[in-house]
Amino acid sequence: MTARRATLAGHTYEFPSLVELLAKATPARSGDVLAGCAAESAAERVAAQTVLADLPLAVFLEEQVVGYDEDDVTRLILDTHDRAAFAPVASLTVGGFRDRLLEWTADGDEAAITGLARGLTPEMVAAVSKLMRTADLVAVARRSPVVTGLRSTIGSPGRLATRLQPNHPTDDPLGVTASVLDGLLHGCGDAVIGINPATDSPARTVELLELLDAVIRRYEIPTQSCVLAHVTTTLRALDAGAPVDLVFQSVAGTQAANRAFGVTLDLLAEARAGALELGRGTVGDNVTYFETGQGSALSAGAHLGVGGRPVDQQTLEARAYGVARQFAPLLVNTVVGFIGPEYLYDGKQVLRAGLEDHFCGKLLGLPMGVDVCYTNHAEVDGDDTDTLTLLLGAAGCGFVIAVPGADDVMLHYQSLSFTDVLAARQVLGLRPAPEFEAWLARMGLLDDDGRVRALPPDAPAARALLAAAAP
Amino acid sequence: MSGGLDPWAALRSLTRARVALGRAGDALPTGRELEFRAAHAAARDAVHAPLDPGVLLAALPGREVLEVRSAAPDRATYLQRPDLGRQLADGTSLPATGADLAVVLADGLSPGAVQAHGPALVLALLDRLPGWSVAPVVVAHQARVALGDAVGAALGARAVVVLIGERPGLSAADSLGAYLTWDPRPGRVDAERNCVSNVRPPHGLSYAAAAGTLAALLTAARELGASGVALKDEGPALPG
Repeated sequence: MTARRATLAGHTYEFPSLVELLAKATPARSGDVLAGCAAESAAERVAAQTVLADLPLAVFLEEQVVGYDEDDVTRLILDTHDRAAFAPVASLTVGGFRDRLLEWTADGDEAAITGLARGLTPEMVAAVSKLMRTADLVAVARRSPVVTGLRSTIGSPGRLATRLQPNHPTDDPLGVTASVLDGLLHGCGDAVIGINPATDSPARTVELLELLDAVIRRYEIPTQSCVLAHVTTTLRALDAGAPVDLVFQSVAGTQAANRAFGVTLDLLAEARAGALELGRGTVGDNVTYFETGQGSALSAGAHLGVGGRPVDQQTLEARAYGVARQFAPLLVNTVVGFIGPEYLYDGKQVLRAGLEDHFCGKLLGLPMGVDVCYTNHAEVDGDDTDTLTLLLGAAGCGFVIAVPGADDVMLHYQSLSFTDVLAARQVLGLRPAPEFEAWLARMGLLDDDGRVRALPPDAPAARALLAAAAP
Repeated sequence: MSGGLDPWAALRSLTRARVALGRAGDALPTGRELEFRAAHAAARDAVHAPLDPGVLLAALPGREVLEVRSAAPDRATYLQRPDLGRQLADGTSLPATGADLAVVLADGLSPGAVQAHGPALVLALLDRLPGWSVAPVVVAHQARVALGDAVGAALGARAVVVLIGERPGLSAADSLGAYLTWDPRPGRVDAERNCVSNVRPPHGLSYAAAAGTLAALLTAARELGASGVALKDEGPALPG
């Protein structure tokens, strides 16, 4: 292959490989500097974007970022590529693809965009995202709705669902229950009530599954539960006859990174089949839930592509979606600010990454949500999470994560609070998942305008729900 | 309200999570919002406050103390380049001691934690290691855990213990971690270390408990000639 080059202000920049071209074209972030693949100047970055814009999309079917022979994620992506779905954009360059997406978006032609999903590879959507600005990422994602369901429907236009995350440092049943009830009283929990367990013990996982199942059955809540244990632990819970709604797993964009997570594609398929067999859905049969995040491959030392070159973290993140989409997920979310400042340093980088991830997942046909979050050593605060949340709401994001008071007391990071969700729904006119909204109305939790009421503790709905926390 | 007990207070009593905070419209009431900001501010300040070596020197009277810096020149670089925080700055020189043990007091992500708890834990640990020769205590700026490998190798020590400020949370900004590595040299991986975390009396682990565990681990590591996963399997139970 001949090197691709562009001349900017009299200086010629050369990009010897597709891996380097994608990395240098990526908007600035600390993780790519750490990996040693970031553009070395602002001009080099734009030069790379200029070369990338002229690259035919079809090149991504011929030339690999991570080698086909040594990586099962690459094989999965290329072996399941749908040429018929790709046909409408097959003759376009990456830049031409950006223009076409924006034209379809302006025309409101959602079918043209959503019809592409199986014809697009993660590398293609990563590439086009690198040419897009914030508003482009929002506008196109908004025209790319993805709807899934199990006992509630996620992703319908005009809806913003939530994962209620009632984590507790010791998995104490009453402590977990208190957070669940607080979330329900704030109209949260429509995407899933999902616990990160403090330990990965199968017995504990079963206990927590039974706890959540009992709350859901007691109040007949149209939602699903999940204990975010390792897939092998969930397989044991399935064997034990536990009420498993969703199989959870963290996944990444290379075979080596997934190996570091202790995951294979076969394991995921086996667990999904086990959950499907239980037939616990009412409005759909999507039974998997995946989490991802830029930087996860690098942190596992599993970020190298063709020629041993470091692949940028955003392209690898999109490849993780290539894994997730093979398992018909109900939910996929990027945990965008969790990994720390060595991957996404500040509010600007987290904002950009969250919107990129949401956009790429949606274009690939995934029910994308985002954990809008940060750690205390990153240059991020509540102002930044507000900005990202409102932009995600505008972009048609399927769901966000919400924890009591924005403070996860088990994982020690900050996500959104329940009131953050109420505020975003109010500002943007978004509503909970339809089945869950009907439940909120039945419970007397909504006012005449359909908004979640602030209840006095002696209100019947509050009394009824708080009874579940009586020791 | 039933039984005279505020049910929101009852809910709050069940968990440390920030439940039942109330609402101002679709946002948090001002008081709750400011409580959260205060907790975040304390954690942020804990990350960014520089380590004051004078505090450590004053708390270790009569001990020889050396100071080193990592290859990360400032806090912003430190936070973005963990690789640089694991290497000594160019031109660093440390005396070859051949000591049994080196101890590093590292700022990590909470310099205040090592100032508050580091010296007391050092003294408690050395009390429990009679007969061990100990290199001068090293105070390390902009340091990650693995900087101890470079320090221990330069000092020619058989083992290194790194006492380092842990990442501040909203509820605790001064938690200290202790990492033990036998035969320290650059290139050691995390699986070759043993860790005792959350040293933070009176809320977390006490100095005596942490020092006892570390001394037992060091003794076992000396017998085994290794630390890390292999040691953990046979050694004393670690807290947490």
